[in-house]
Amino acid sequence: MSEYLVEARELTKEFPAAGKKTVHAVSGVSLQIRKGETLGLVGESGCGKSTLGRLLIHTLQPTSGEVLFRGQPVTRMKDSDFKPLRKEMQLVFQDPYASLDPRMTVRDLVAEPIETWKLCGSREEVTDRVRDLLRAVGVPEEFLYRYPHQFSGGQRQRIGIARAIAADPSFIVCDEPVSALDVSVQNQILNLLKELKESRDLTYLFISHDLSVVRYLADRVCVMFLGRICEIGPTEAVYEHPRHPYTRFLLDAVPVPDPAARGKEVRLLKGEAPSPADPPSGCRFRTRCPYATERCAAEEPALRDVNGVQVACHRAGKQ
Amino acid sequence: MNDRTLEVRNLTVAIPTDRGVVRPVNDVSLEVPAGSITGIVGESGCGKSMTARAVTGLLPYPGKVTGGTVRLCGREITGLPEKERRKLRGSEISMIFQEPMTSLNPVVKVGKQVDEAIRLHTECSREEAKGKTLAMFREVEIPEAETRYHCYPHQLSGGLRQRVMIAMAMVCRPKLLIADEPTTALDVTVEAQILKLLERLRVAGTSVLIISHNLGVIAQVCDFVYVMYAGRIVEQAATEVLFSRPAHPYTRGLFRSVNSLREGSDTLETIPGVVPNLLRLPAGCSFSLRCGQCGADCEKNMPELTETEPGHRVRCFLTGKEGTE
Repeated sequence: MSEYLVEARELTKEFPAAGKKTVHAVSGVSLQIRKGETLGLVGESGCGKSTLGRLLIHTLQPTSGEVLFRGQPVTRMKDSDFKPLRKEMQLVFQDPYASLDPRMTVRDLVAEPIETWKLCGSREEVTDRVRDLLRAVGVPEEFLYRYPHQFSGGQRQRIGIARAIAADPSFIVCDEPVSALDVSVQNQILNLLKELKESRDLTYLFISHDLSVVRYLADRVCVMFLGRICEIGPTEAVYEHPRHPYTRFLLDAVPVPDPAARGKEVRLLKGEAPSPADPPSGCRFRTRCPYATERCAAEEPALRDVNGVQVACHRAGKQ
Repeated sequence: MNDRTLEVRNLTVAIPTDRGVVRPVNDVSLEVPAGSITGIVGESGCGKSMTARAVTGLLPYPGKVTGGTVRLCGREITGLPEKERRKLRGSEISMIFQEPMTSLNPVVKVGKQVDEAIRLHTECSREEAKGKTLAMFREVEIPEAETRYHCYPHQLSGGLRQRVMIAMAMVCRPKLLIADEPTTALDVTVEAQILKLLERLRVAGTSVLIISHNLGVIAQVCDFVYVMYAGRIVEQAATEVLFSRPAHPYTRGLFRSVNSLREGSDTLETIPGVVPNLLRLPAGCSFSLRCGQCGADCEKNMPELTETEPGHRVRCFLTGKEGTE
């Protein structure tokens, strides 16, 4: 038995784009997720974080590299062999308005995975199980036969979560699960996710562009830029002492809800993000990095350990 | 000279629906002093965008202003005929929206779209318009302005599109810029750049009204803040005052939610329940259903906006009394 629940080895995903170009969405990413941990995945739009999430739960086939689940390579597995594992990995989507079929009742939405996996015998048993699940996510039972449009965004997200946990998975990829929600509701969902993790022994990959949300939930955090990992390590270590220049820019840019912090000079990233269809040579961040040298253009920095945090920067640990 | 760029008094917007009349903006009064950045903060459905749309005269059908006045630099603009209002929009008031992709025409080059705004409001030749557009592009720090002039919106990143929108909004030097969630669709590093740009516009003499749900954005750029809930203003104060002494239970709930996340407390603070349906508002205070300190009075009557200290007004029966912590 492997000590990791999920492991990515040199994962690469390329998409064909117009004009015979190739979009390098994820390039040579290796990471491990331990059972019971929450790995936060942060980065800006287009950095490949959603693609990576989908590769890890095998809803996308990588161009090269492989994914291991409980030590078994799933990437080239036959569909029939993979099927029992599908139940183990689920996804919670960003947009609770788009991810629920508007023509299905709450009961049918949550029952769908239970019926697909034939986890219960009779219709009554299924409905009972749906009731239990709704209770677990905090949706009142009397709403069993309502439709998605009758719910607020927060309630819909709870229904989406009920669907994700219905087949008792062990690994859930949460792809921006709270970014469509209001602040006061967002916290309700975060509390719920934390509570479910404890009570159901779940492992999360938590994808978000919101750094404070990730800081709250994640045990370790992985920062991506243009398809590559910049930095990965224990959450507090990364937030307190970011070692990669990009992580530092990212943390500095978050507007602080405190007017007293206004005078503080914020260092802004210059220019535009390079396109994933045409990434720079060497370090992909170098075109925007104030510390870039010739070496950064010539040689791609490998992830290496700097005081317990893995950093992909030639300069890290040497300033 | 008028020292208030925008003055809204008792503005009410009504939308008739099958199940009754909804008032997404209810008796709202606010002002934007000249050369300031003023903010409206609130959650989805609180009426902040509708307020902005009522000010610009861009209410979606069948919404209508049913009461109140809007003055721009002392001039009453509520009753103006549509033709007059069109002249105002773009030249005196401009607006930028959350999603810069959907507000630009996808089949027209961005430079031409800005030219159009200039030529609508001023007499000038194509060359002059292009010159002004390029100058504006440089002012909002669009790199390689000449090349970008000939780009279509889909060829630009989200941040650049928002800069084009700002360029278009600012090119006729309006007195008031309304920015409705200007950075919500953008990445944080781009958001920081856009906020800095808005700050610079203010220094250049434009008054700005920012609408946002993000307390961080509000804290970083606004001088004065209005908090809206279920169509009404529930609290208003200078930014420093609001952030150091929030008084309305709703405002406090919002701050507690955000701060508990930042501090990483074990269980996050939340505001129980959800925003009420505007068709079924409670009889008294709109927040009474979710308020932990709700009393008998709160369930029956709507509290007035009351001044608790100079410039700080709160719509709550409990402020200044015992029990508000």
